[in-house]
Amino acid sequence: MSSETKQILTTDGIPLEVSLKKAERKNKIKAFLLVAPLLFFLIITYVFPIGDMLFRSIDDKMVTQMLPKTFKAMETWDGQELPGEEVFAAFHEDFIKLVEDKREGKLSTQLNYTKNGFKSIIKKLRRKSKSFEEGNYKEQIMSVHKRWADVEYWRAIKRRAPEFTSQKYLKGMDMYVNEEGKIVSVEEDRRIHRVLWLRTLEIAFFVTVFCFLMAYPIAHLLATLPMKYSNLLMICVLLPFWTSLLVRTASWMILLQQQGIVNDFFVGIGLVADDNRPEMMYNKTGSYVAMTQILLPFMVLPLYSVMKTISPSLMRAGKSLGGTPFVAFWKVYFPLTIPGIGAGCLLVFILAIGYYITPALVGGASGTLISNQIAFHMKSTLDWSFASAMGLMLLSGVLVIYWLYNKIVGIDNIKLG
Amino acid sequence: MSVNKEFVKFDKVDKSYDGKVLVVKDLQLDIAEGEFITMLGPSGSGKTTCLMMLAGFETPTNGEIYLDGNAISSIPPHKRGIGMVFQNYALFPHMTVYENLAFPLRVRKIPKDEADKKIDKALSMVSLQGFASRMPGQLSGGQQQRVAVARSLVFDPQLVLMDEPLGALDKNLRESMQYEIKHIHESIGVTVVYVTHDQSEALTMSNRIAVFNDGKVQQLSSPDELYEKPVNSFVAEFIGENNTFTGEVSEISGQKCKVKLSNAEIMANPISVKSKGERTKVSLRPERALINPKDKMDNIHNGKIEEVIYHGDHTRVRINLLGNPEFILKVPNSSANLDIKLGNEIKIGWNSEDARALDPK
Repeated sequence: MSSETKQILTTDGIPLEVSLKKAERKNKIKAFLLVAPLLFFLIITYVFPIGDMLFRSIDDKMVTQMLPKTFKAMETWDGQELPGEEVFAAFHEDFIKLVEDKREGKLSTQLNYTKNGFKSIIKKLRRKSKSFEEGNYKEQIMSVHKRWADVEYWRAIKRRAPEFTSQKYLKGMDMYVNEEGKIVSVEEDRRIHRVLWLRTLEIAFFVTVFCFLMAYPIAHLLATLPMKYSNLLMICVLLPFWTSLLVRTASWMILLQQQGIVNDFFVGIGLVADDNRPEMMYNKTGSYVAMTQILLPFMVLPLYSVMKTISPSLMRAGKSLGGTPFVAFWKVYFPLTIPGIGAGCLLVFILAIGYYITPALVGGASGTLISNQIAFHMKSTLDWSFASAMGLMLLSGVLVIYWLYNKIVGIDNIKLG
Repeated sequence: MSVNKEFVKFDKVDKSYDGKVLVVKDLQLDIAEGEFITMLGPSGSGKTTCLMMLAGFETPTNGEIYLDGNAISSIPPHKRGIGMVFQNYALFPHMTVYENLAFPLRVRKIPKDEADKKIDKALSMVSLQGFASRMPGQLSGGQQQRVAVARSLVFDPQLVLMDEPLGALDKNLRESMQYEIKHIHESIGVTVVYVTHDQSEALTMSNRIAVFNDGKVQQLSSPDELYEKPVNSFVAEFIGENNTFTGEVSEISGQKCKVKLSNAEIMANPISVKSKGERTKVSLRPERALINPKDKMDNIHNGKIEEVIYHGDHTRVRINLLGNPEFILKVPNSSANLDIKLGNEIKIGWNSEDARALDPK
């Protein structure tokens, strides 16, 4: 608060600040009420579900809550030899409770994520546990299946003790915590995610480059043509926007398939032999072609909006001062379009990095992206926590790119229109 | 050294954008070396098109333009070596003042120390020393204008084109810039082709003025001649203020003619009328008509004062004279003219020599 000696009073003797706040309060309330519906909508439909989803990626309470007594008993276990009777007894007690609640299936799924082979032995344990006698649970459980006598499996259970875990993130990077508690990579032939991450970056990068190379001349033409032609061209650019994404992708399938129009044309002009038609779909090529076409308007529009503001007299000035058309373009025009290039590239790259439908339909095995993997875990394996971990990794990747862009070009330089 | 009278030559130049309308018609114009020539005209009269053809941004539809004896239609703009100042300055917003000025020197591969000298010289010519590291956005309109002028001159072109360079400035700044550009022209002797629609700008700056209308040069002459002796009613009305009477020639003899108006007859100077019965528009400058003339004048008529507007140094008086209610007089603010009151009848006189009988357009 400012010192009282400096306080300015209105003619009525009320402090000016108080009076100003009072006068503006009504406007502030009005403004807030106008924003309120959207704010609540966003909180309910965006902030809350996304937050919940992201929380799942580190949340590991489920197993902790299913085996409370076991983990309590395990606290003193050093993990070298098989645990003692008190751990087995506690595990049995927890397990009986789970069976009563019919939740042992969930436990087996969860433990199976940590180590393969839990599913069958838990099923077996459920069957056998009905005929267990009281006391000496260690012997009885170990006799159900030899894996129950394997210290590795008990270590795997212990690893699930903490309420929070980073293992989903490690899995997203093809890494895991091994028996000694160290973070290591999985064997080379089982690494799938790193390849996908790299491919996602690669495809997003090249799609951005292709979009830029194609959009720049179009945007320039749009900005310089007389109104009646530029409107027509603008409609051509926007037309794909008005068509469903699915329809556009499907039409690429018609065009690109082996017996498709593009291949027919290549055969027709003798570029390729009829019996040796190239595969342009269900691989990276398909993803490149379809994504570039679909994301093109996102590059054209920011470029256009920036180019529109560049006075044609600047190019003329460049030429009249003795610059060749290329020099005038490169030294005068191009630097002035950088804000648009930045905006367009950032937009296309970020959209491409999370692209889903198009690569899923035309990408095939070698053209799918990390987002398809996320969708796979959301829909098929139902490992939502893993899906959300990868989602958050994708988001942080985008934020890193945004941050880098800000460092290099400056975010104030961006111009979306 | 003899001055090249045809340093720039427009030879029968036509220009059309759409193949239907001629924007420039049969333009024939010679510009001497070192001359300051202004193309003056209303918007759409073809003056800027002429400038753009000279700069190389438009190609003549027909005819040829010569620069120092060479046909230039096939030379691209960047090889013409013509300096140009654009309407909105066209300073490169992403370069400093220094870089803006260095641009034409750099593309000409002039060594850096020599370029620096030229830039210093050009900046001091427009009194902007010390501004080299500023960005154009940090300069005021007048300063940007000067940078644009300096940039157009820094590579020592023989010809500089200026396309309404002062249009965006306020009145005072515009006037001081007019003198500044004029002084620069005088001190370095470069040929300047200047385009404007502001007649006072044209009158104060130019050696010669080409008045454009409808794609044609209506009159090409020095400022005083243009003002005193307009050759047609377009020029008379476009330059300066003008009182007009429309009528019919009733008598013509040598330097004088009689023009019959609807209710009177006046004496006039036949400029573009040749014979009796022709329709004509008589043009008279407001300052050439006097109130209560003491000299013997061959036109003396009575009029009624309709409006008096005080302008400080002079008073504008609107008089209903010979059926023209828009007759304007400029009366100097001196004690002799104190009897000018609204509604008074006064005597107005002028010499027939100053009343130019022009085409009736």
